[in-house]
Amino acid sequence: MANATAHSGLHDAHDHKPPFFSRWFLSTNHKDIGTLYLLFAFCAGIIGAFLSFGIRMEMEEPGLQYFSSPGTYNVFVTGHGLIMVFFMVMPALIGGFGNWFVPLMIGAPDMAFPRMNNISFWLTVAGFFSLVCSLFVEGAPGASGAGTGWTVYPPLSTSGHPGPAVDFAIFALHLSGAGSILGAINFITTILNMRAPGMTLHKMPLFAWSMLVTAFLLLLSLPVLAGAITMLLTDRNFGTTFFDPAGGGDPVLYQHLFWFFGHPEVYIMILPAFGIVSHIISTFSRKPVFGYLAMAYAMVAIGVVGFVVWAHHMYTVGLSLQTQSYFVFATMVIAVPTGVKIFSWIATMWGGSIRFTAAMHWAVGFIFLFTVGGVTGVVLANSAVDKYLHDTYYVVAHFHYVLSLGAVFIIFAGIYYWFPKMTGHIIPEWAGKLHFWLAFIGANVLFFPMHFLGLAGMPRRYADYPEAFAGWHKVSTWGGHIFALGMVVFFIGVVLAFRSSKRAAANPWGEGATTLEWTLSSPPPFHQFETLPRIVDEPGHH
Amino acid sequence: MGRQVPVTENARDILSFEHGMHWLSFGISLFVLGLLLYCIYRFSEKANPTPSKTTHNTLIEVAWTIVPVLILVAVAIPSFRLLRTQLSDPKADVLVKVIGHAWYWSYEYPAVEQGGGFTFDANLDEDKQPKLLGTDNDMVVPVNKIVKIQVTAADVMHSWAMPSFGFKIDAVPGRLNQFWFKADREGTYHGQCSELCGARHAYMPITVQVVSEEAYAKWLAEGKTKFARIDNDTAKFAAAR
Repeated sequence: MANATAHSGLHDAHDHKPPFFSRWFLSTNHKDIGTLYLLFAFCAGIIGAFLSFGIRMEMEEPGLQYFSSPGTYNVFVTGHGLIMVFFMVMPALIGGFGNWFVPLMIGAPDMAFPRMNNISFWLTVAGFFSLVCSLFVEGAPGASGAGTGWTVYPPLSTSGHPGPAVDFAIFALHLSGAGSILGAINFITTILNMRAPGMTLHKMPLFAWSMLVTAFLLLLSLPVLAGAITMLLTDRNFGTTFFDPAGGGDPVLYQHLFWFFGHPEVYIMILPAFGIVSHIISTFSRKPVFGYLAMAYAMVAIGVVGFVVWAHHMYTVGLSLQTQSYFVFATMVIAVPTGVKIFSWIATMWGGSIRFTAAMHWAVGFIFLFTVGGVTGVVLANSAVDKYLHDTYYVVAHFHYVLSLGAVFIIFAGIYYWFPKMTGHIIPEWAGKLHFWLAFIGANVLFFPMHFLGLAGMPRRYADYPEAFAGWHKVSTWGGHIFALGMVVFFIGVVLAFRSSKRAAANPWGEGATTLEWTLSSPPPFHQFETLPRIVDEPGHH
Repeated sequence: MGRQVPVTENARDILSFEHGMHWLSFGISLFVLGLLLYCIYRFSEKANPTPSKTTHNTLIEVAWTIVPVLILVAVAIPSFRLLRTQLSDPKADVLVKVIGHAWYWSYEYPAVEQGGGFTFDANLDEDKQPKLLGTDNDMVVPVNKIVKIQVTAADVMHSWAMPSFGFKIDAVPGRLNQFWFKADREGTYHGQCSELCGARHAYMPITVQVVSEEAYAKWLAEGKTKFARIDNDTAKFAAAR
């Protein structure tokens, strides 16, 4: 790719860090805000995981064991979905890694709008607070919490939930959505205007490319969600009937609006992961990324096409033949740029000199598991077959393969890859590898049987189910325990890292790590690139 | 536990198409896994200490764009054909209107000329086996006849799903969705509500009995006396208020 004339800033002692309160509560430093986002995502992730543990324990056997009311189970499912999407994956990948490494990779001293960056973060926290509140106020008559699913479909979310829980959930989405829109504007401005001299768009690291595409997706899709849930709010509280047929509205309109946001949203969660995986594979194969331009434009293509496939979530609502045919076609098109990315990662490894660090384990595991999630996506793209599989556990298996085993695996890959850079401490490699194997086996045992459950007809969002489905649910719960054990290893690894006196070098990964963040000390100085690095062309690249 | 027996042409077509798709998926996943394992084995630090500097190969890049396109075209052709058959609209022998309620289904056999003219509710029957799948009043249809289902909902959305017939269709308030099937094997078939509809979402099963024509005629005759008649709309609304 490109190399920089080495430059590192001042050392810690001369950094002029602000005192504790102003540093962490009034932060304007992109690295501090990135750290806050990561810590926040981590806490939200624990709560989200706790909810999924409740789901998995209940599903271990038919009948109701842990939940007194199946409505509470629905609240857990809803909370798990909303938290993991909006308050775990997005803050970790976009707010966390994005804030930390976009400025470092493009050679910028900070984000374009540091104060806006701060309010983006605190809006997300406020949104999370509102979502937690929704768990404890009345939703459905006589029960607390919103049990609507993360999609918040009316009329269940309007007439089905008269209590304020859904209003709190909507407010949570508004707040975190506003935070994400501000964050997106910040990333777009930073990436378009603050690249170091000499770093053209076509020399920009792929993670920055992925964040640029993600930011555009956020900017274009979130306002549509905001509109849809505002209409929901007025339907609930002010007597409008956008989604109520009694007043000439249509519940299906909400679904169109929601999925016009919801489908780009899944790419918002996975594109940053695509960027990170490219760097990890390239670093540890000691080879530049294969087909750099194709990789960048594949992400652009995925982003663009991702906006015109939304109704493949709605094949059973009663769309016409022509509409369904179009969405089948458009959905299949996405498989092509995604395939380009998978094969380019493999081609990056091909001929390389691969070092199997913990981060590389996670990245390679991701490529395989994402492929599995991708091919079941192509199965589901066929409307004819989706008539059978829609709203079954097959769909649950599919999206957990691409998100839980895709995005989440890359969050861990990113942590193992960048932890030395962010903290200066080193997580022992054995911990990262053991964590990987437990997570890899655990997640597969957890989610693969869900394909079989779906094919047998098990509907999703069921607190209780017929005997026939019991076997695979039991296996799936064992997988959950194995995955949880992996998390324990992760905590131990992090604790050991901070207790050890070993400190990371500026570039712990060797010559394969070519992006600018590795030219700085570990951790980087509080303010970096006070003199902008110059990017010079390296012959032999591109 | 396996897949539920397909008893319509559509369900069998879905099954064979889906089998094909799963072999294809299996093949692609194994291919990717094979390539990864080969890279891990052949290009490890030990086996290959000096990395190559190759970052482009136009031929292979074009190949891995074109080949997936061809595979997808091959998938799309049967997929579109199947979709067209599913959404065709043949003349119905029996029309049944299905209404989703929180949390039970009601069935209307509205056509008097088809021997109908009554309506009934189907609630979960806790005592029936298999557990959670039995209803107190099953929907009954004749074998080898085209049955058209028109689906709507009275309160929140539901979804009428019947795996053995290979479809599900959402019950949306204010909309009338339709689907047809021709079951060619007698028996009792089970499905479950497939759109989250609140606390008792898991407790509104769908049970369909596919019976011989004689048995169906007998059931219709009994139904007329057993179940409430559908009177004209004014009377019905007056009663409901």
